[in-house]
Amino acid sequence: MPNPTAIEQLEAALTAVDEIATADADRLTQLRTELLGRKAGVVTKVLRSLQGLPAAERRSVGARANEIKTAIEAALDQREAALTAAVDQARERDRSMPGRPSWRGAVHPITAVVDEICDIFRELGFTRVVGPEAETEAYNFTKLNIALDHPAADMQDTFYLSPGIVLRAHTSPMQARTLERFKPPVRIVVPGQVYRRDAWDPSHAPVFEQIEGLVVDEGVSFVDFKAAIDFFVRRFFGEDTKTRFRPSFFPFTEPSAEVDAQCHICRGAGCSTCKYTGYLEIMGAGMVHPAVLDNCGIDSELYTGYAFGMGPHRIAMLRYGIPDIRLLFENDMRFLNQFLE
Amino acid sequence: MNVSINWLSAMLGRSIDPRDAANRLAMLCVPVDSVEPLFEELNDVVVATVESVKRHPDADRLTVCQVNDGSTTIEVVCGAPNVTAGKKYPYAAVGSVLPGGLTLTARKIRGIVSNGMLLSEREMQLGTDHTGIMELATDAAPGTKLVDALRLADTRLELDVTANRPDLLGHKGVARELGASLGVPAKLEPIPDAPPEGPPPVTSNGPAKVGGIEVAIEDVEGCPRYMAAVIRGVKVAPSPTWLQARLRSVGARPINNVVDATNYILFELNQPLHAFDLAKIRDARIVVRAARAGEHMTTLDGEKREFQAGMTLICDGKGATAIGGVMGGGESEVSDETTDILLECAYFDPKRIRATRKALKLTTDASYRFERGTDFMAMPDVMRRAVALIRAVAGGDEPEPAVDVYPKPAKSRTVFLRPDRVAHVLGISVASDVAQQLLTSVGFVVAPKQNRLAVQVPGWRPDVTREVDLIEEVARLHGYDQFPTELRPYRPSSVPDDPVEPLKARARRVLTGLGLHEARSVSLVGAGEAQAQGIVNPMSLEEAYLRESLLPGLVRSAQRNWSVRERDIRLFEIGVVFHESGAGRQPDETLRLAGVLSGAGTPPHWSAAGKSQDYDEWDLKYIFGEAVRVCGAEGEIVEDDAGWLLRDAAGNTRGWARELRADQPAWAAPLYGFELDIVVGRQRGMRYEPVPSTPPVERDLALVLPPGVEAGDVESVIVSAASELLETATVFDEYRTSDLLGRSVAWRLVFRARDRTLKDREVDKIVSRVLKLLKDKLGVERRQA
Ligand SMILES: [Zn+2]
Repeated sequence: MPNPTAIEQLEAALTAVDEIATADADRLTQLRTELLGRKAGVVTKVLRSLQGLPAAERRSVGARANEIKTAIEAALDQREAALTAAVDQARERDRSMPGRPSWRGAVHPITAVVDEICDIFRELGFTRVVGPEAETEAYNFTKLNIALDHPAADMQDTFYLSPGIVLRAHTSPMQARTLERFKPPVRIVVPGQVYRRDAWDPSHAPVFEQIEGLVVDEGVSFVDFKAAIDFFVRRFFGEDTKTRFRPSFFPFTEPSAEVDAQCHICRGAGCSTCKYTGYLEIMGAGMVHPAVLDNCGIDSELYTGYAFGMGPHRIAMLRYGIPDIRLLFENDMRFLNQFLE
Repeated sequence: MNVSINWLSAMLGRSIDPRDAANRLAMLCVPVDSVEPLFEELNDVVVATVESVKRHPDADRLTVCQVNDGSTTIEVVCGAPNVTAGKKYPYAAVGSVLPGGLTLTARKIRGIVSNGMLLSEREMQLGTDHTGIMELATDAAPGTKLVDALRLADTRLELDVTANRPDLLGHKGVARELGASLGVPAKLEPIPDAPPEGPPPVTSNGPAKVGGIEVAIEDVEGCPRYMAAVIRGVKVAPSPTWLQARLRSVGARPINNVVDATNYILFELNQPLHAFDLAKIRDARIVVRAARAGEHMTTLDGEKREFQAGMTLICDGKGATAIGGVMGGGESEVSDETTDILLECAYFDPKRIRATRKALKLTTDASYRFERGTDFMAMPDVMRRAVALIRAVAGGDEPEPAVDVYPKPAKSRTVFLRPDRVAHVLGISVASDVAQQLLTSVGFVVAPKQNRLAVQVPGWRPDVTREVDLIEEVARLHGYDQFPTELRPYRPSSVPDDPVEPLKARARRVLTGLGLHEARSVSLVGAGEAQAQGIVNPMSLEEAYLRESLLPGLVRSAQRNWSVRERDIRLFEIGVVFHESGAGRQPDETLRLAGVLSGAGTPPHWSAAGKSQDYDEWDLKYIFGEAVRVCGAEGEIVEDDAGWLLRDAAGNTRGWARELRADQPAWAAPLYGFELDIVVGRQRGMRYEPVPSTPPVERDLALVLPPGVEAGDVESVIVSAASELLETATVFDEYRTSDLLGRSVAWRLVFRARDRTLKDREVDKIVSRVLKLLKDKLGVERRQA
């Protein structure tokens, strides 16, 4: 007498193949345990129960039982392979995974601003020169018409290295150095570090960058001066930016001017950056004082010119919204990372 | 310099809008730092009459006052000893907000409710007096706002007066400019209750007497002009309200009528005055003379001052009573008992005043003005007005005219202006009559003379000395904004670019390309070695020297990054370093490039399970080599114990690269650094070579290097032994195993002939020649597989 229960159970188990074909990963694991689990798997248990049957019967039932077991196993393996392939395919096709980066370096924001400014003036024919950071009193003061016995000498508090030798308080000494070496037409910009006895605070540092500009030739006028500065401001801050010139005083320029650019944040309406004036002070400038030309052996009756000086630290702070000048000296990687091109 | 809008309005005879005035002044002559409405925080305070004062039943020191604030009578508990029935005081009712933000509430004091407060000067931030409440000498009815009763309502402009414009340190000068802009003349305001002005001072070129005092100038260079007036019978007392208001409006504290009057003239006409107590002038003499070394005096501020030659002293028969133009002495000061005064109005030489105040480290309102130059021509008028003002506010008479000791009278300066020069400098022509009218509007006296204008410069403009100064006047009075901004043709610069600038730019491109950020460090450092250039007047000990090297600054930057838990550091810096070269000489300046590396050599990526290799000495060597290649000195990179050196042809060390010792946290990676001189001029131009059209032949050589043989030695033998057919030789592997005596280093050799395809046979021949030479010279053999 065959054992109808065992065969029936196995045939019933075989119907699970349909479910296996569509099972997800969790259900597949579950089905494998339910059917083929070593202790409680349905197929396993039936196969184990065959041990008690007479040999002939065991052979006929056993053959069918193994057939069914193999079919179930194959279905399980096939489904598993299909599921794994789908995962692999998803991995390959996941274009949202991050790409492989490499380190990139940035020039310092001050360098970027200096280069941009010098490049704009290059459009107007200015060449770029540099000079020493330690200067003589003659170049830092007297050749520039700054008398040490006049209060104008106090406009910058200067570091002394030894008698007669200072750390330059401005890049203006290069006006005299250049005019002594080269005949007009002179059109130069001079970037470089300058030093002043200012205590550290959010807007002051004892060392900072300056850019000097100088033009000397026959027939250079206040109109040429205004035009060049206006050109620069529009290139740097935007074509519709207004420039304002106010009277000022520097011993080495006459007439002298303080130059304001319309605030690039509020467009002149007034905001906290421009202290509600609508304008930002960006440079001191003016027509080269004839005394400076005379001091450098240039005929001040024949030649005229203009000069200007601006502070890239201040301009960088305005442009990038940097609230504290000290950030520009700390070299914090997290800060410098922000200036990657 | 603070200026009061009320004061300017009085001088211009019209009401002035503060914002408009600020804008006009900024565009015409002087930057305006702020426009500040004054005493708005006293708007809740009113004048009140105290009707009765009773002792507080439970406190000896307190009184209970009935106070009339103009609408009702209120009970106020008061702690001031000076409260008196029938007098007027400032009163703030319950609910008022006092300066400093305190809101008053009804408060029970020892059982009696006080409804508000009677106020002291200090509580209103009008002064420092807090010994009692502020007694008001005012006609104003109870209930009048205090700011109206004391005429405090005003707006203050803070002017940033440049060093060339002393005239703008007085209201008259500011009003003159504003008047020119508005088209109205500035006039001095009439002094209330003033007697008619007395006769002008009597000028003499030698000593003169006034009020029995002989006045003489010995130091004519330090003090070219000295006037003295004697006023007898003054009564020193608080100033009238209007005068106190004027002083408060510019931030000065009223002291007494005599001192206040001199300060008023200071702020009005920019002429410092000094009042001496006549009774304290010894031996009836005033002598203006040069100080003798070692002389000393105690000044008004209680400091004992020692003098040196070059200072100018005001002396009486016994000794110094004032430092001319800087500060008076304590002994001759005007006090409450003073009845007769000697009033000084003088001109002191600006350079001498500058030297004096620098030597004494003593800057005063007077020295500040004399240093910039006062108006020596206006002095007679100033003196008459000052005397009239003192007599108006302190009483007294001027029995005889003031004396004006003026040994060498100076003439006013005339400067010539050529209208065509105006056009030449300014770029637009300004008609002669327009220029004349502009200059006249601010007090120049102009007369056309042939093709020029003869311009007489007023005494208050010591800055105008040459034609270009007048051109600036014309430009600013015409209005800088009136000039066009038209680009006109120009000639190219005769000055070539400094080659160091493009070189620095190239170095930046190479190093940023290698992943390093550009750093900028402070070039002032705390300590230096033997050659360090020190600073004579440093701001701090931490910034007392100039840097001799860039690396210490970069190491500090690395430490800063570690302090914010930033592990990956890649920085380079281009900057100047300094070495002392003797006093009175500029230090040597050398341009350098330096860099530091620490932490991950590449950014982490998921494909490597987030791991990346840290920078090591081989990264350093490569980056150093690239830096040398782009901007270093000609020479060779040699090894030393710590790393590598760049030696130039003369054998000088011009750069180095090594691991750095730094105080670093345990989690930080090793720190590597390099530094080298930037050398202009050796950079070679790039040149095209034909790209090869024949195939390469490669051979890998795994060689065993016995101890003591370096890869560099092997490579030079390979290069010398191979023919020009060897294109490159590159190390691609290195290892040491226990069964080997030395180590194994593998080279890949690439051979190529430019004109044909190389045969294996040819290459094999070269390789065996190489191997033979390696064995003979270095004992290096091919590794047995
Ligand atoms: Zn703005």
